[in-house]
Amino acid sequence: MTTLDTAPSTGASLRGARLPRYAPAIAGVISVAAAAIVGMSLSWNLAGMVILAVLIYLVGLTTWSRAVENSRAATDRLVTSLIWVALGIAFIPLVSLLYEVISKGAGQIDGKFLTWTMRNVVGQPGGIYHAIIGTLIITAGATVISVPIGLLTAVYLVEYSAGSRVASWIRFLVDVMTGIPSIVAGLFAYALFSLIVGPGTQFGIGGSVALALLMIPIVVRSSEEMLKLVPSDLREAAYALGVPKWKTVLKVVIPTALAGIITGVTLAVARVIGETAPLLIICGSTDSLNYNLFHGQMASLPVFIYTSYTQPGLNPSILQNMAWGAALVLIVIVMVLNIAARVAGRIFAPKTGH
Amino acid sequence: MNRTALRRVGAPAIAALALGLAVSACGAGNESNSTSGSTNTLHGAGSSAQQAAMDAWRSGYQTAHSGVTINYDPTGSGAGIQGFTTGALDFAASDAALDPAAGEVAKAKKQCGANALEVPDYVSPIAVIYNLDGVTKLNLDAATIAKIFAGKITKWNDPAIAAANAGVKLPSTAISPVHRSDDSGTTQNFTDYLSQAAGGAWTAPASKTWPQKSGEAASGTSGVVAAVKAGAGSIGYADNSQAGGLTVASVKVGSAYTAPSADGAAKALEASPIDTTRTAGDLAIKVDRTTTAAGAYPLMLTSYVIACPTYPKAKADLVKGFLSYVVSTDGQTLAGKNAGSAPLPPSLQAKAAQIIAGITAK
Amino acid sequence: MTTVTTETGSPKRRLGDLVFANLTRGAGLTILVALAGVAIFLTVEGAPALGAKSADLKGHANFLSYVAPLVFGTLLAAVIALIIALPLALGVALAVSHFAPRRVALVIGYMVDLLAAVPSVVYGLWGIGVLGPRLIPVYAWLAQHVGWFPLFAGPASNTGRTILTAGIVLAIMVLPIITAITREIFTQTPRLNEEAALALGATRWEMVRLAVLPYGRSGIVSASMLGLGRALGETMAVALVLSASGVVSLNLISSTNPSTIAANIALTFADSTGLQRNALIASGLVLFVITFAVNFGARAIVSRYESGSKA
Repeated sequence: MTTLDTAPSTGASLRGARLPRYAPAIAGVISVAAAAIVGMSLSWNLAGMVILAVLIYLVGLTTWSRAVENSRAATDRLVTSLIWVALGIAFIPLVSLLYEVISKGAGQIDGKFLTWTMRNVVGQPGGIYHAIIGTLIITAGATVISVPIGLLTAVYLVEYSAGSRVASWIRFLVDVMTGIPSIVAGLFAYALFSLIVGPGTQFGIGGSVALALLMIPIVVRSSEEMLKLVPSDLREAAYALGVPKWKTVLKVVIPTALAGIITGVTLAVARVIGETAPLLIICGSTDSLNYNLFHGQMASLPVFIYTSYTQPGLNPSILQNMAWGAALVLIVIVMVLNIAARVAGRIFAPKTGH
Repeated sequence: MNRTALRRVGAPAIAALALGLAVSACGAGNESNSTSGSTNTLHGAGSSAQQAAMDAWRSGYQTAHSGVTINYDPTGSGAGIQGFTTGALDFAASDAALDPAAGEVAKAKKQCGANALEVPDYVSPIAVIYNLDGVTKLNLDAATIAKIFAGKITKWNDPAIAAANAGVKLPSTAISPVHRSDDSGTTQNFTDYLSQAAGGAWTAPASKTWPQKSGEAASGTSGVVAAVKAGAGSIGYADNSQAGGLTVASVKVGSAYTAPSADGAAKALEASPIDTTRTAGDLAIKVDRTTTAAGAYPLMLTSYVIACPTYPKAKADLVKGFLSYVVSTDGQTLAGKNAGSAPLPPSLQAKAAQIIAGITAK
Repeated sequence: MTTVTTETGSPKRRLGDLVFANLTRGAGLTILVALAGVAIFLTVEGAPALGAKSADLKGHANFLSYVAPLVFGTLLAAVIALIIALPLALGVALAVSHFAPRRVALVIGYMVDLLAAVPSVVYGLWGIGVLGPRLIPVYAWLAQHVGWFPLFAGPASNTGRTILTAGIVLAIMVLPIITAITREIFTQTPRLNEEAALALGATRWEMVRLAVLPYGRSGIVSASMLGLGRALGETMAVALVLSASGVVSLNLISSTNPSTIAANIALTFADSTGLQRNALIASGLVLFVITFAVNFGARAIVSRYESGSKA
């Protein structure tokens, strides 16, 4: 390190001395090696060694840069390294989580797991069919409620409001609504149906209402963005042909923006399908299939995961393992929806050029 | 444009619908029919402590009587009684007997048109579980347990613990008491035991909510067991059946120390008087936590099933059939196997069976 | 965007327009009604709790003393989450917007999406099953060596289910939302400002410090507030991870922790009846008001900033 000379005076030449391009790599290798040697001689665990390696790298590269380049370049290198470290720290949990869920959950999934329910299943692994169906039905209900409201609101905001005060309030409150805690949505649905149907009512549609409350703002915002992207030329062409405005919206504007709208709705579904808290309160749980959205408790994957993990009964490992399996299924469903949203966006994208 | 758009939406929508129908058309692999709402359906709710036993009973009864559906929601004892007294449920299960002072007895009577029936159907010893290296046998009396859970005894080598455990080498490890963070009948019975049996060492009354603001909180029996397992020096309370692999303390009864067992719980129940202020069909038991009967284990949870004496014709036989099965020797054995509960003592079982046999059609 | 409609003449057409316009306006108003409905129904169902006695309030004298410790715990957990998440999120956002090569940035973007896609209950499973146990030695070390500092006073939890663990899990969960917003704003930094800084000989960090961060300041503030709002209302992860006793304590590593409003509702709702339920709903209303205020503030900053940037 010291053999390299510092530039005589920084800024005197147009370009001061620079570390070689591969300097970070060298520093990395050296710090990993140093940390491994120290760590092994003191018999540390992996985490300790990694932390040490990172520290050596940060200090080493900064000092080296300071010695060769200048203090500003050193700061730059330090910050750059810190940003990569932050990136690493941020994704360790993700990697660990996916690893755990896959390693603990994958072994659970087989034909029985996916096609059985927990009805009459005592003291042995059953299936999560009832929870999968419940999740699909409840979420479908939420979509049916939220998409018309959300889409029409977006149409109102883009096509009809024209800077009205109500519109700006709606836009603002929709944004605020994205921050409603899911459990509050659940309590709202519970309070609502307690007053309408009777105290303590638990059924699937309540869950749909709660999830719809969480979905609406996402649908509104994404649809609004998409409708805004529709060129005014199209609208004006339609008007010029004497097409009334509502027909223009329904037959020109919305179809043109359809790809983005579908993507937005799919992402909104993906966002709420894993919600647990509202369903825990308003849908309850059951061990049997229930296709009736309007009567009786309905199982759902997130609630199944929670109750199986926290109340596994006499032989905890059976239900807790099933909880991991259900968690894997749930993550796969969310992933599929996310991918589907992107694919849908591509497939339905309006063809450019005629 | 419109037509292409329609086709664009239409095709995937139809595909999705078809897929959905295909999926939902075939029922679950293990459910032949799940026609709820028919006359062959019973609705019950209440105690979450009874859930495992109820699952076993429902499964047993439904398997033996095809076409019958018995629903049970472990919504909690209070909600169960509330649902029963408003007529939403056919039967309720509760960790505490109907409370005359709170008007529950009167409400149930009004709903049923006659005095409601109430019989114990589930008895489970509560174990004091601990995790302490090298200590496989531990004796504790109620006052010491109270002081540990109140945070007044903080080290395992405290003189109060040492006095009851001559010859056991107790480490100086800190004690970490674990309690339930959710409301539960287990907590209610544990605190009831402490307030009755610990003398002045436990001042809080029995309650479903843990009354102390110290120690580790864990959700559910399994949460407590997991927390005790994970933490060296931990102590907690849990249904004996779920103590899985943990060391269990013996509790002082009279002058001896008794380990939790189904027999011990049944003995303690037998030694406890039936509440004589109740009506004939009401088998509410005043559990005597201070009993000194040899072999009795008074730290246990007693849970009841509550029903009406008369039902509409369509339901009477079903209620009678299911509840008779619950208190029968078969039913109690099945619960013992699947929920780890203690079978009802024979004398009590006979009384309960007799009361349920009296259910008639309107 | 919106074009002024010209009168097309035919009354039939106008009727169609009138119906459709009112339909869309109705949908917009439905949202406002729904939002008001949340407040109204929670108030109606929560109001009886004000008259609740201590038996229904876990031994607290009145509703206020019942909810105060929960509010404390909710804020504490959310603030811990924010303190941990903010620097990481800024790092990730800067990596995507200015530091990483395009392809790498794309991958990072996908991973952030993935982080946002994991359901909260799964984070809870991970927190209680994986993270908590890993942190036990860390907490023991903290209690032993920095125990003089009130935050780490100990005695250390021996299950790892502390409010700090809950805060870390929450931090991971709010990371995507903060990252998404700050990344958006960082990439919007006027190219000219950046190039001007670089032309003056600034290093990349100096360019970020001089051009990007000042431009994105209000965005960072509002992103933090939105993240805070998310952390305040997060339920299942906390309910699973936290060993909650409902105390008021700043001790981050002991087994006796404050509870949060949301976790308290999730844990006790099923077994509650009557006034207890009303009290839980009322506490939900308190949570709603807090998160509404935080989100309102955040959005107000964003919208002021948006209109400012347009002007």
